[in-house]
Amino acid sequence: MTSTHTPRTPDREDARRALAAGSAPRRFGSWYIAEHRIRAMKGYAGDAIFQSFGNPLIYLFALGVGLASLVPQGVGGVSYLQFVAPALMASAAMTVTANETSYPILLGFKWNPIFFGMNASPITGAQIVNGMFIHIALRTVVTVAIYCGIIALFGAITSPLGWLAIFAAAATGLAIGAAISSYTSTITEDKGQMAMLQRFGITPLFLFSGTFFPLEQLPPFLQPIGWISPLWHGTELGRVLTYGMDEPAWLTATHVGHLVVLFAVGLWATRRHFTRRLDK
Amino acid sequence: MPAPVITAQKLTKKYGDFTAVDGIDFEVAPGESFGLLGPNGAGKSTTMRMVGAVSTRTSGDLQILGLDPNDHGPDIRSQLGVVPQQDNLDQELRVRDNLLVYGRYFGLPRSVIAERADALLEFAQLADRTKAKVDDLSGGMKRRLTIARALINEPRILLLDEPTTGLDPQARHILWDRLFRLKEQGTTLVLTTHYMDEAEQLCDRLVVVDKGRIMAEGSPAALIREYSSKEVLEVRFGSDKNAEAAEKLKGIGERLEVLPDRILVYSANGEAELERITHLGLEPITSLVRRSSLEDVFLRLTGRSLIE
Repeated sequence: MTSTHTPRTPDREDARRALAAGSAPRRFGSWYIAEHRIRAMKGYAGDAIFQSFGNPLIYLFALGVGLASLVPQGVGGVSYLQFVAPALMASAAMTVTANETSYPILLGFKWNPIFFGMNASPITGAQIVNGMFIHIALRTVVTVAIYCGIIALFGAITSPLGWLAIFAAAATGLAIGAAISSYTSTITEDKGQMAMLQRFGITPLFLFSGTFFPLEQLPPFLQPIGWISPLWHGTELGRVLTYGMDEPAWLTATHVGHLVVLFAVGLWATRRHFTRRLDK
Repeated sequence: MPAPVITAQKLTKKYGDFTAVDGIDFEVAPGESFGLLGPNGAGKSTTMRMVGAVSTRTSGDLQILGLDPNDHGPDIRSQLGVVPQQDNLDQELRVRDNLLVYGRYFGLPRSVIAERADALLEFAQLADRTKAKVDDLSGGMKRRLTIARALINEPRILLLDEPTTGLDPQARHILWDRLFRLKEQGTTLVLTTHYMDEAEQLCDRLVVVDKGRIMAEGSPAALIREYSSKEVLEVRFGSDKNAEAAEKLKGIGERLEVLPDRILVYSANGEAELERITHLGLEPITSLVRRSSLEDVFLRLTGRSLIE
C-alpha cells in the first residue's frame, strides 16, 4: 500500500484516533522492522559470529600468509597481504548481504509468509525493505569492522584513512545485496534460482573482480566484467583507502558513484516489488 | 444510530479478466459480528484483504472507520486485528516474542506490549507455552496465538478469514468461545467462513457470497426463515433410485431438492411428510428430519452445496 497521507481533519472520532495511532508507524516503521530482524538473529547468532571472526582468520592465513609466500615481490608496490586484504573485506560484506537478501526474502513471501503479517499491521512494503536493509547494513558494518581490525593486526593497513575501508566494503555489500533482493523479491517458485545465483553470480564476481590479482592480468575481453562488477569498484576503493593505491580521482569517484547508483536502483526496485506483491 | 465502521459500495476487485469481487455493497455497525458465508473461491478472502487495507480495489467505494484505505492504509491498519487464512506467525521467534515483536509494528511502548502479551497469552490459553517454538504448537494453538497477536493493538475491528478451517472439533469450540468473549466485550468481528455452523454461532448478520456477488443478507435466523422451511426431511433411496423416487414425491412438502445421494424435502413438519411418503408406498433406506440450516439457504440461492 502507498504511504501517501492526505492531511485533513476527519469529522469522526474513530478516524481521528486511527490517524493518531498510524502516525508513529508511518515515521518509524522501518526501524521496527530492523528491530525484528535483529531479534530474529538469535536463531543464527552462532553462524553470524563464526562468519565475522572465523572467516577473516581463515582467509588471511590462507591467502595473506600462505599464498603471499609465492608472491614475495607483492603486487603494485605493496605486499600481497596488503593487496588482497581490502578485497577480502569487500567479499565478506558481499557474502553477508547475499545471504540476507536471498533465502530470507523467499522465506518471508512463501515458506513462512511473515511479510504478509507485517503488512497487515500499519507497516508498508517499502518499510519492510527499508527495515531489512537497516539490519543488513548494521550486520555488514559489524562484520567488516571486525575484519578490518584483524587485518590491521596483520599489519596490512598503512594509511591513516584505512578505517574508512569499512564503509567502502559495507557499501559494496549493500549495493550487491540491493541488486540481489530486486531479483529475489520477484521469485514466486523456488526452482533452484538461489544456487544459480551463487554459481553464476556470486562466485564469478568473487573470482574475476580483481580480488586475487589485478584486473589487468585478465585478457582484455574479460576486463569489462570487472568494470561492471560492484565488487571490483568496492575493492579498488578499499585499496585506495587502506594503502593509498595510486589512481586518478575520477576513477575513485566512479567507484563511489557505481556503488551508490546500484544500491539506489536496487533498493527502489525491491521496494516496488514488495509493494506490488503484498497488494494482491 | 452510530456511523458504520465499514461501508462498501459497488466494491470491485479484478485480476485481469477475472472478477473476484463483483460490485458488492455492505455495511458493518460498531460492535456487530458480521460474516461472509460462501464456498471457496467466492471472493470472501479478497473482500477481507480490501477491508484489511492491504489490497487496492479496482473500483467502487470503501470506507473503514470513515477513512479511505487508498489514502490511509497504515492508519486504518493501526485499528485492525487480522487473522489470515494461512498462519503467518514468525517461526524464527518463540511464542511470546511473536507478540512482543508484532506489538512494536504498531509503535506501542515495550512496557505496554509486555503487559498485554501476558494477558493475551492467558486469554489464548497459551500462558504455559510462552517460550515454546511456534513450530511445536498444534494447529489450534497456532490459531489462538494468531488471534492473540491480532489483539495486541486492542483493535476496533477484528478480521478473521476462515478462522477454524483445518481444526478439530474441540479446537474449534475453544476458538469460538474466545471469539464469543471478544464479541461480548464489544469488538467488531468480521469473519469469512464456509462452515454454516460457525456462521450461525458467531454472526449477528451475514451475507451469502457466491462468484463475487452477494446473494442474500440478514441474520442467520432471518435468512433461514426467508429462504428455507422450518424443517428438512432427508430421504435416501439409493443413488440409482433417487431420481425415480423424486418423480413420485412431486407435491410432497413445500419444495424438493434432488441431490446425487439424497432428496431433501422442505416442510414445516418433516415427520408428517415422512408419513405421506410411506403412505405412497415408498420405503426410503434412511430418513432424517432436521432443522433448516444456512446450508439449505445456500443450496436454494445457488443450486450448489457450500462444501464441494
